[in-house]
Amino acid sequence: MKAVTVISGTGVPLKRSDVDTDQIIPAEWLKQVERTGFEKGLFATWRDDRDFVLNQEQYQGASVLVAGPAFGVGSSREHAVWAIQQGGFDAVIAPSFSDIFRNNCTKNGLVPVVLPESTVEQIWAAIEADPQTDITVDVERLVVEVPAAGIVAQFPMDAPTQHRFLNGLDDIGLTMAHVGDIDAFESSRPAWLP
Amino acid sequence: ITRTLLSSTPTPVTLSIPQECYLRKWDAYNAQTDDLRHDESQDDVNQDHVNQDRVNQDRVNQDRVNQDQVNRPMTLPEKVWHRHLVHSTPGEADLLYIDLHLIHEVTSPQAFDGLRLSGRKVRRPELTLATEDHNVPTADIDQPIADEISAKQVDTLRRNAAEFGVTNYPMGHANQGIVHVIAPEQGRTLPGMTVVCGDSHTATHGAFGAIAFGIGTSEVEHVLATQTLPQSRPKWMSVTVDGPAPAGVTAKDIVLAIIGEIGTSGGIGYVIEYRGQAISDLSMEGRMTVCNMSIEAGARAGLIAPDDFADPSTRENVGRALEYMGLTPGTPMRSIAVDTVFIGSCTNSRIEDLRAAAAVMEGRTVTVPRVMVVPGSHRVKLQAEAEGLHEIFRAAGADWREPGCSMCLAMNPDKLTQGERSASTSNRNFEGRQGRGGRTHLVSPAVAAATAVQGTFATPEDLPPIEGATS
Ligand code: SF4
Repeated sequence: MKAVTVISGTGVPLKRSDVDTDQIIPAEWLKQVERTGFEKGLFATWRDDRDFVLNQEQYQGASVLVAGPAFGVGSSREHAVWAIQQGGFDAVIAPSFSDIFRNNCTKNGLVPVVLPESTVEQIWAAIEADPQTDITVDVERLVVEVPAAGIVAQFPMDAPTQHRFLNGLDDIGLTMAHVGDIDAFESSRPAWLP
Repeated sequence: ITRTLLSSTPTPVTLSIPQECYLRKWDAYNAQTDDLRHDESQDDVNQDHVNQDRVNQDRVNQDRVNQDQVNRPMTLPEKVWHRHLVHSTPGEADLLYIDLHLIHEVTSPQAFDGLRLSGRKVRRPELTLATEDHNVPTADIDQPIADEISAKQVDTLRRNAAEFGVTNYPMGHANQGIVHVIAPEQGRTLPGMTVVCGDSHTATHGAFGAIAFGIGTSEVEHVLATQTLPQSRPKWMSVTVDGPAPAGVTAKDIVLAIIGEIGTSGGIGYVIEYRGQAISDLSMEGRMTVCNMSIEAGARAGLIAPDDFADPSTRENVGRALEYMGLTPGTPMRSIAVDTVFIGSCTNSRIEDLRAAAAVMEGRTVTVPRVMVVPGSHRVKLQAEAEGLHEIFRAAGADWREPGCSMCLAMNPDKLTQGERSASTSNRNFEGRQGRGGRTHLVSPAVAAATAVQGTFATPEDLPPIEGATS
């Protein structure tokens, strides 16, 4: 997992609430044996609609998904996070997230940013006015900045989670922080064990 | 102290445990601390057999038992857990070392892909064993797999195993089979181990006194990369099935009765240790059946204390002994050639012993290079000679010698040389006992004599009949 300090890019206004993981990545995509290629399944059903926001030319290349409240509800599938990341996004801004989705985000390096609904709406307006509006998510200072709209907003993140992002530690990375303990344990394992 | 209540909810299992087979259980103390405790209550507890019919009485007794158990030493599963702690911080999950990681085609593909994406390796490929079991066909396995997804998964496992250096037993291989069957078969599951697999019936390996539990795909990746797993500490429960189980009650009946008693969610959050005579009377296969079903009671794992058959120190010794003996497990005794046969020692050098040996050798010829018959005393020697036994031994080609301890302990010139193998009627097969590097097999006089004739270990019944013999 890559370390995340500052994300800077354009955004996509996904003006819907209760976006569930079945919409993010439909179940038929779970049969894959790979961990990659899920961008093709990202919002697969909605993308059939030519006017769906992710299909719009002006939002291509965005790295921040700006969505409505209760984002990521439903099935616990981690694939939803993979799909969003593989779709090019490094952060999701929303007024609220489902617990499991948010947890899955932190395990995979996708930054979940909780901002007040009014702030989210301001960002939507700014992006819709100018799709090239620059959005900065600073994980070090826990601040979102949208200079064009005059937005400087703090967002919450507990210290251990922030530590994970800043150091690029997934669960395995966290465990490997104890690699000295693992080495020591291995060297003391009884000889009768393989 | 926490405990689960006896289930009052009927569960869809057949209760085939009969009345005379008593079932009792209690929640062991929920060990949240690392204190080692001293146990006075165990014997009390074991005498406290409560009939299934008296469930309410049992509940009362459980309270007392639970209180008694505040001062007790760690149970087997607790010991296994503690011995695998790589890192432990209060309030956080324990980091457990994993001794054996079993993988199969269904829950591993994305774990391997995750490793690839993050540029990680399998930390201990030799502690990882793969096989194809979950979705392989059971007929026409020489043909390509018809099902598209299973074909893809099997193919992916083969490629992943090759790429990451993990042993895989593919379809058609002599070692292939259900992952929980092959690991014990091949001696990969050992007592006191931690075993994980991306499969919920991993508790099967608990039959060997291992803590074994199922994990998800992201945990599979975690174990592949680190050989460890963060796990919250379970609660501990023991289930005692006092026996003996009456004829016709199998392991399956016992475990179904247990599940029926504690409920299909009665074990949630627990590791169950199965105890009692009905359990220890079970074969290893039966124990695997019991532990296998732990998950059906909702438990994270279930295990049975290893006995002499499966004890780790015994296993360790067995392993070392086999090496010393120049043997591999599973070798039929009858296929092992012997260099020396020694009939003697204070164990088997009396007249009756010599008669037994002579009865086998009479009319036959020994083929083992060195066959020594050493009477235990001079009197024995004379008695044997009076009966003509010495003539029988000599006619067969054995060496009829003077009395003494002889090769029992090889303080005299009667020694085995390095690597020499004996069939010996003596009493100790310690390393070097019959000579430095000598390999001693302890046998009876009749077997020693038959082996002397056959050249490999044999019983008298193994020998061809003597020509012209009347019987
Ligand atoms: S050396 Fe062997 S035969 Fe002699 S007394 Fe000891 S045990 Fe018996």
